[in-house]
Amino acid sequence: MALLLAAALAGAALGQAAIEDQRPGGATTVEVDGRRAFSLAAANLTAEEQTRFAVGNSFFRRNWVAAPASTGARDGLGPLFNARSCSGCHVNDGRAAPGEAGLLLRLSVPGRDAHGGPLPEPRYGGQLATQAIPGVPVEGRLLMTEQALHGRFADGMRYTLQSPRYRLAALSHGPLDRQALLGPRIAPQLIGLGLLEAIAEADIEANAAAQAARGDAIRGQANRVWDAPSGQQRIGRFGWKANVATLAHQTAAAFAGDMGITSRLFPQTDCTAAQHACLAAPNGGAPEIEDDVLAEVVFYAATLAPPLRRDVGDAEVQRGQQLFQRAQCAVCHRPSYTTAQAPFPRLSSPALAGQAIHPYTDLLLHDMGEGLADGRPDFLANGRQWKTPSLWGLGLIQGVNGHQRLLHDGRARGVLEAVLWHDGEARASRAQVLAMSRAERQALIRFVESL
Amino acid sequence: MRGRVALLVAGLLAGAAALAQPAAPTAQELRPVLQHHAALVHATYADTLTLAQRLQQTVQRFVRAPSAEALANARHSWLQARERYALTEAFRFHGGPIDGDDGPEPRLNAWPVDETYIDALIARRRQPISKRTLSALNTRDGEENVATGWHAIEYLLWGQDLSADGPGDRPHTDYVDGRAANADRRRLYLATVTALLVDDMAWLEQAWAPARANYRRRFESGDQGSLRGLIVGLGSLSRAELAGERLEVALASRDQEDEQSCFSDSTHRDIVGDALGIQNAWLGRYVRLDGQRLEGPALRQLVAARDPALADRLTVQMAESLQAAEAIEPPFDREILGGSDAPGRQRIKRVIDALLRQSASLVEAARALGIQKLNWVRKP
Repeated sequence: MALLLAAALAGAALGQAAIEDQRPGGATTVEVDGRRAFSLAAANLTAEEQTRFAVGNSFFRRNWVAAPASTGARDGLGPLFNARSCSGCHVNDGRAAPGEAGLLLRLSVPGRDAHGGPLPEPRYGGQLATQAIPGVPVEGRLLMTEQALHGRFADGMRYTLQSPRYRLAALSHGPLDRQALLGPRIAPQLIGLGLLEAIAEADIEANAAAQAARGDAIRGQANRVWDAPSGQQRIGRFGWKANVATLAHQTAAAFAGDMGITSRLFPQTDCTAAQHACLAAPNGGAPEIEDDVLAEVVFYAATLAPPLRRDVGDAEVQRGQQLFQRAQCAVCHRPSYTTAQAPFPRLSSPALAGQAIHPYTDLLLHDMGEGLADGRPDFLANGRQWKTPSLWGLGLIQGVNGHQRLLHDGRARGVLEAVLWHDGEARASRAQVLAMSRAERQALIRFVESL
Repeated sequence: MRGRVALLVAGLLAGAAALAQPAAPTAQELRPVLQHHAALVHATYADTLTLAQRLQQTVQRFVRAPSAEALANARHSWLQARERYALTEAFRFHGGPIDGDDGPEPRLNAWPVDETYIDALIARRRQPISKRTLSALNTRDGEENVATGWHAIEYLLWGQDLSADGPGDRPHTDYVDGRAANADRRRLYLATVTALLVDDMAWLEQAWAPARANYRRRFESGDQGSLRGLIVGLGSLSRAELAGERLEVALASRDQEDEQSCFSDSTHRDIVGDALGIQNAWLGRYVRLDGQRLEGPALRQLVAARDPALADRLTVQMAESLQAAEAIEPPFDREILGGSDAPGRQRIKRVIDALLRQSASLVEAARALGIQKLNWVRKP
């Protein structure tokens, strides 16, 4: 009798877990798919917060214009830029693909700046600007060629990966520094960022400690980076190398670097001493985006909600979940956390705190092998390390953006290719996937796409 | 005596059940409501299509022989068609045909428009202008890179609104060869985006047409899921879209850029149309272009059967929203200016407040109908 009761209770607990597991963002989770899957506000915002979200959204999608202009609220674009609006790269708050504005190229030379970050390339600065306002030369164009890499699964099935090579053309100020380091970066989907920001630093450090205790190849490391808004070093969690700690820094840096919009945090545009036309161009006031407007955009980015999982009860998806565990994927793609407080309460929402979330990341850097390496260090990250990206919403990118290009430069065409690019610390996991049957691989993909 | 107790207990149980567990409508109760709603949606789209076709006729006359009079006619027919379209926004936000994966919403109604994007496409003489190319260019590399739809046509007819108290004042000579650069391409562009708009309206009308293997058939047989879509659509338009994106944002920024129909200064009519569209769906009532009145079982009756006071409150609140919307004085871009005590801003604030009250009641109405999850509906 007691046994029966215990079993029944366990069953009930399992049922509850299954329901929670459907909601990657806890109470913030929204039920949505299709084009707007990444565009909804956290489900538990107050009425006032919904207004902030709407205002932030307006500035997120807004095209900025070159100063001087008839509009004071949104002038100051450039002189150099990659996109006119946030949504120019994060189309529908989603992910960019190669060939779009949302694949940008970071530039640096060996060494570190005053805060321990990368040293900008002396003539072109921290990233290649592929657009400019009239009268200012565009820095250059990014060209990509692809080389096919062939392989086979244990069952004999062949696969082909595309390995991109990057080259610059039409450079405005002569060739790059001979030691220049190139870092291609794709704009990712923006769901759940405020929740990731609210994960306690202690949880991230615990991930590193737990992995170190394993004694196998997996050994993640937290990045420690300069955070301009707080004026201190913090654990990095955003960007492909976890080179940014907070959404406020990320957003202000993107305004400055990607659109040429200065702010109190980043008062300089990315003109180098060699770029005279850039330096001489008119600006849209100092700063070009005011603190209060920037705050609403940060709030918007923080409160975009993760959508409900799909097909949680499906047998193939559940089989995929077991395979995901068995192949040790979950060691780095850690499923669950309970969020703590956001670093800047006024730039986030209390609705994001204390949520049971399932992002599937450890927020740590891992050596992913030579094939993925870009050779470009960023704070503590070396040229072979990448941050484990979250997996929530992956199955919805197709509906939002019409593609499923994954990894830091969008080279992978779908989940399976992204898995096959895993090497370095993840080599043993990849070997397990190579040994899987076709049905098992399919189940694994179904699971990841259900998240 | 015994009999009376039993009756009393049964009554109590029924009362408790109604309180504890909101009763989802039976299929029998639901079917006529969904069928009537579908008929109302179809009629509204069909009327909008008719007006869009009239717009196309006036545009065709204008581009064949540009004159100030022909331009005025085209503008007049745009305003009429647009006002009718606003009623159809009550059918958005639940994964219906308009918002589905193949749905035309971004192509029809994207805003705000970056005018320089359209100007650049017209000026780039090597750029082919066709329905296909303009569709592909719409919102490419940025959500304000709007190439098609109501607001692209609006810009082409009115031009930038640079005046304080009136709409844009584009001269008809922008379309006359020798009087303005690229007049030939501007004519082609206007004709093309107008034709595309008619295509999209026709597609929507078909998706809701009776007795076809289409969305309407699935909607009518979709039971509780369809009902949820209907309510989520009304709630989303009330709260997130109309009160939020269209009104609160404009109040916060005081920027003409946040005015939906900014070139023609007809934003106030968009707001009235949205509020009226919501009320139409709630009451199951619609007056067609030809004056014919559609009336039938609607959401209101379903709610009234469970909570008559709530149904009455919603009816009053929707009338208040509509009344507040009608009180907005054009032009909207002047109405949002000034301090918090400026009369225009207060008029807009009253619309927002009314919409928020109505949204909260819609959530209650959904609960009363046994619907818990309200933030979105996936496509059926």
